[in-house]
Amino acid sequence: MKKIYSHPESLRNQVTHYCPGCGHGIAHRLIAEVVDELGIREKVIAVAPVGCAVIAYDYWDFDCSEAAHGRALAVATAIKRIRPQNVVFTYQGDGDLAAIGTNETIHAANRGENLTVIFINNAIYGMTGGQMAPTTLLGQKTATTPKGREAQVHGWPLKISEMLAQLAGVKYVERTSLYSPQEVLKTKRAIKQAFKNQIDGIGFSLVEVLSPCPTYWDMSPKEALDWIRDVMSKEFPLGKIK
Amino acid sequence: MSKKILITGNEAIAEGAIQAGCRFYAGYPITPQNELIGYMARRLPEVGGIFIQAEAELSAINMVFGAAAVGARAMTSSSSPGISLKQEGISYLAGAELPAVIVNVMRGGPGLGNIWPAQSDYFQATRSGGHGDYHSLVLAPASVQESCDIMQLAFDLADQYRIPAIVLIDGMLGQMMEPLHITTSPHHHITTKKPWVLTGCRGRKPNIVKSFFMQQGELEKLNLALQKKYKLIQQKEQRWEEAFLDEAKVVLVAYGTMARIAKAVIEQLRATGKKIGLIRPITLWPFPNKVFTKNLKPNTKYLVIEMSYGQMLEDVKLVVNGRCPVEFFGRSGGGVPTEEEIMRKVKSLL
Repeated sequence: MKKIYSHPESLRNQVTHYCPGCGHGIAHRLIAEVVDELGIREKVIAVAPVGCAVIAYDYWDFDCSEAAHGRALAVATAIKRIRPQNVVFTYQGDGDLAAIGTNETIHAANRGENLTVIFINNAIYGMTGGQMAPTTLLGQKTATTPKGREAQVHGWPLKISEMLAQLAGVKYVERTSLYSPQEVLKTKRAIKQAFKNQIDGIGFSLVEVLSPCPTYWDMSPKEALDWIRDVMSKEFPLGKIK
Repeated sequence: MSKKILITGNEAIAEGAIQAGCRFYAGYPITPQNELIGYMARRLPEVGGIFIQAEAELSAINMVFGAAAVGARAMTSSSSPGISLKQEGISYLAGAELPAVIVNVMRGGPGLGNIWPAQSDYFQATRSGGHGDYHSLVLAPASVQESCDIMQLAFDLADQYRIPAIVLIDGMLGQMMEPLHITTSPHHHITTKKPWVLTGCRGRKPNIVKSFFMQQGELEKLNLALQKKYKLIQQKEQRWEEAFLDEAKVVLVAYGTMARIAKAVIEQLRATGKKIGLIRPITLWPFPNKVFTKNLKPNTKYLVIEMSYGQMLEDVKLVVNGRCPVEFFGRSGGGVPTEEEIMRKVKSLL
């Protein structure tokens, strides 16, 4: 019998610390599958964020570096410039990439660094207990917006992918989600494209993944997936942006 | 082969770094260190190195973090306000045990301060300037020649101990031009092996560069290992210059530009028969305690002079520990003590 599915070599066989229904586990696995399929496990250098995915390096089985909060793309810039023969990617949440690290994100993108960015947007700060993220939706209740996010007080959800798409240095931006098996497969295809772009020398490529956080959305895992489909993807439209 | 050129301290540091094998520099413009970033932008590509003008001081130090993680001899430079911004990154370098060199061409503070020379970042450099129990090696040259030469030592010690090394000069030394002898055929030897660097995991288990230890007890283990390393550095790496200590009634203690002014004062006073000595710390951390402990004579007075209001003074008091009088003269905020001011202070102690 032909084996058609197995545990990715790039993913350690380890129980994760993520909450039930969290999207990080799926996203980690998709990256591991793509890395295996492209045959680049021994060439990959990952840069992990600060946030829920801070110990992503405990789950992937390839070389990884930590970065200070928001600084992943500065760290990755130097790694890729010095070792262009490696495949370098960052894995960052919304707070890391679009709040404290906005400067690093915009300028690495504007320099057109030949990097792959996997951007996990779950509209919340998970690690610290569910505070407002730059991507939190209007009306969404969080630990720091107890009455819901109000535009006049907290500003609007930040669409950083659309912003980045304006920059000449950015070559590929796609927004995907994890709310159904079909969407998971689309996310995998986008991640693969973002890695292939780097291997082919095309340039800065980013995949924004709308990812569930049932714990801090105060929902069941199923409700969280439906909320992405019915609410979150209306604010953050899915599909190729550039 | 060597040649003699006229060059600023800032440029001498850049050339010294390149001769020491530095092949990655990221920085952000700030006065009075702009000759350094300019020199790097021009020279690094000539030797196959990488120069990046970062969008911010934070980005620059984190680029250095990335460069160090893949094994490059990496450096950044700035001046006081910019160095404050880099403290987060320096703490991460210390925690992840990454070697790198950070140059601070000190200017007046606090706040935006001014662009005149100062030595008021001594505490920030020698006490872990960022969060956590850590140290950086701190080297303080006092001439353009020494600024160039000390870079080899900074990179070698950083690699050897896997520790950030800070080269601390002031704006006067950075801007001043002096003749520099440079070798035209640099032969830097980088002997330290770095099996921990990130290269992709071909033929080995994956390497991880990190300073985060979530399980209870793990971080304490790292801290104990760091403390052991710091103790070894304190034993082995103290460096200083000393002069006329045997018979000195007053010993001037000064580093960098202030040590040059001290030397001028000592020369004039010794010409009139006054017994004055000098201790010039070259490593500010580890502080050269050894030269003090071997020279604790009951009739010796120490006079610490700084372009600050008494920062190195505390280290001198710690080592002297009440066994000799320790006096102080300093100015800061851009004021540089003159020979006459110091002379008056010394005479008041004789």
